[in-house]
Amino acid sequence: MTGEQIAFLVVAIFTLVAGLLVVTTRNLVHAALWLVATLFGVAVTYGLLRANFLAVVQVVVYIGAIAILFIFAVMLTRKDMRDQGPQLNRNWLVGAILAMLTFVGLFFLLQSWNGMSMRAAEIPLKFDVVFELGNALTSPDGYVLPFEIASVLLVAALVGAVYVAFNRK
Amino acid sequence: MSFWNDPLKVVADWLLGVFTGWGMSETLALILIGFLGVLLLISLLMMLDIFLVWVERKVVSRFQDRIGPNRVGPYGLIQPFADIIKLIIKEDITPGGADKVVYNLAPILSMMSVLILWAVVPLAPTVLGVDLNIGVLYIIAAGAIGTLSIIMAGWSSNNKFALIGAFRQVAVMVSFEIPMLTMLLIPTIFAGSMGMNAIIQGQEVWYFWIAPLAAVIFLIAAIAELGRAPFDMAEGESELVSGFNIEYSGMKFGMFYAGELLHAFTFGGFLAILFFGGYRFFGLEKVSPFLAIATLIFKAFVGYFIIMWVKYTLLRIRIDHMLAFNWKFLTPLAFTLLMVTALMNAILKGTPTWLYVSLMFLSNVVVAWIALEIARSYSRQEREKVEGSKASSLVEIEAAHH
Repeated sequence: MTGEQIAFLVVAIFTLVAGLLVVTTRNLVHAALWLVATLFGVAVTYGLLRANFLAVVQVVVYIGAIAILFIFAVMLTRKDMRDQGPQLNRNWLVGAILAMLTFVGLFFLLQSWNGMSMRAAEIPLKFDVVFELGNALTSPDGYVLPFEIASVLLVAALVGAVYVAFNRK
Repeated sequence: MSFWNDPLKVVADWLLGVFTGWGMSETLALILIGFLGVLLLISLLMMLDIFLVWVERKVVSRFQDRIGPNRVGPYGLIQPFADIIKLIIKEDITPGGADKVVYNLAPILSMMSVLILWAVVPLAPTVLGVDLNIGVLYIIAAGAIGTLSIIMAGWSSNNKFALIGAFRQVAVMVSFEIPMLTMLLIPTIFAGSMGMNAIIQGQEVWYFWIAPLAAVIFLIAAIAELGRAPFDMAEGESELVSGFNIEYSGMKFGMFYAGELLHAFTFGGFLAILFFGGYRFFGLEKVSPFLAIATLIFKAFVGYFIIMWVKYTLLRIRIDHMLAFNWKFLTPLAFTLLMVTALMNAILKGTPTWLYVSLMFLSNVVVAWIALEIARSYSRQEREKVEGSKASSLVEIEAAHH
C-alpha cells in the first residue's frame, strides 16, 4: 500500500464516521460540528486528488458559509439543543432498503467501469488548474451557458430571499 | 547555491543527506524535513507573538499618554515572559454546564486558523511554505476556520454574554468577508494569478498606487475580520464584559489573545504583500533572502502599526451601524471598484506605465469621490427627515399648549 492510499483510507474513514455521527448525535450543535468535520474530510479528499481549488472552495463555501449558517439557525431557533423525540420515523425500513439498493447498484456499475484500476495521469508541472477552470467556465465553447444560468438562478434566489425578508412599513 | 542565496534549500539538502545517511528512506526523510520546517516556522512565529504582546502594550500606552510596562527588564522587555508564567500557573476553570470538548477545542482552532495563514506567506522569493496558486482564496478559507472557533467558544461556554459576543462577531466576520474577498480579486486581476509570490513579482509598481481605494477597503475589512476597534463588538467591554472569550482563563485565554495579536500582524503582512510590494524594496530582495525577510517583517510591522493606530484612536461603532455600513456602503463600493478596475485594466493594457498608473489612480479617486457624495446626500436626506419630524412634533406640542 502506498502512502497516498493510506492517507485516502484514513480520510475516507474519518469522513464516513463523522457523517454517521451527524445523523446519530442527539445534540444539534454537535451534529452541526460533525457536519463541519465531514465537509472538511471531503475538502481533504479533494486535496489528495490535487484539486486544490475545489478543496479551498469547499472550505470557504461549505464550512465558512453554509455550516456557520446552520449553527446560527440551530442556535437561534431551538430553545433546547437536545432532540428528545425518536430518531427514526416509520419510513426507516423503506429508506434503508432504498439506500441499500442504491449502494448495490452503484457497486455493480463501478465494478464494470475500468477507471477503478487505472492510475491517475500525472499533471504536468506547468499545468495551471485554476487557469484552465476559469477558461472553461467563461469561454463560449466551454461551459459559459450553464455557468451563467446557474448565476442567474442564484441571483433569483437572492432576490427572493430579500423579498421574503423585506419588512414593509 | 550557497546558504546566503537559498537558505531553505541548502539546509533541506543537507538534512536529506544526513537522514538518508542514517539509513532512512528518502520519502520518510522528506516528510520529516517538511515537519521540521513547519516546526521551525511555528516556533519563530510564537516567539514573535511574545514580542508582539510587548509591542502592543507599549504602543497602546503611548496612545493613551502613559509609559506602559517598564519595570521588568530594559524597557519592560521581559514583561511578556512574566505574563506567560502568570497565564500558565493560573487556575484553569471550566464553567459548569460547558461543553468540555468543544470548549477546549475552540482556543486551539483559533490559534490554528492564524498559524495556517503563514503557509502561503512568501517571506522571500525562495523562503516560503508553499506557493499555492490559490493563495488568495486560502486566506478566506483560513478565516472560515477562525469564525468557526469563535462560535464554538461562545456556544460551549454556557454563558449568554459569550454567546451574544460570538453571534455579533460571526455576523461581522461573515459580512465583511464579502468586501474582503472582492478586494483580494483586484491584485489577482493585476497579477493574473492568485498565488502570493506571483502577486509580489507582479508589483513593478506597488498595487497601492494602482488601486489605493482597494487597499483602504481591504484594511477596513481586515480590521472587521480581526474584531478590533472600531469593530470590536464581540468584546464590547462596556456591555458584554469580554464577549466570546469571557469564560476562558489562563493559557486558554492566552491562546485567544496571542492569536488575535498574531492575526493583526499577519494581516499587516497581507496588506504589505498585496498592495505594498511584499518583500520587494528597490531590488534589495535580490541581494539576499535575509534582507527580503527583513523587508517583509518591517512592512508587516508598519501595517500592524496602522491597525493599532486605528484601534486606539476610534470609538466603537454600534452593531447595526456596522452591518449597514458593510451591506449598504462597503459591499456595493467594492463590487463597483472591482468592475471599474477590471474594465480600466482591459482598456489600458499596453499603455506606458506612467499613463497606466496615473489613470488607474485617478479612476480610484473618482470612484471614491462618487461613493462619498452618494453617502453624503443620503445622510443629509436622513438627517432632514429626522430634524423635520422633530420640528413638526415641536409645533404640535406648542399648538397643544396654546
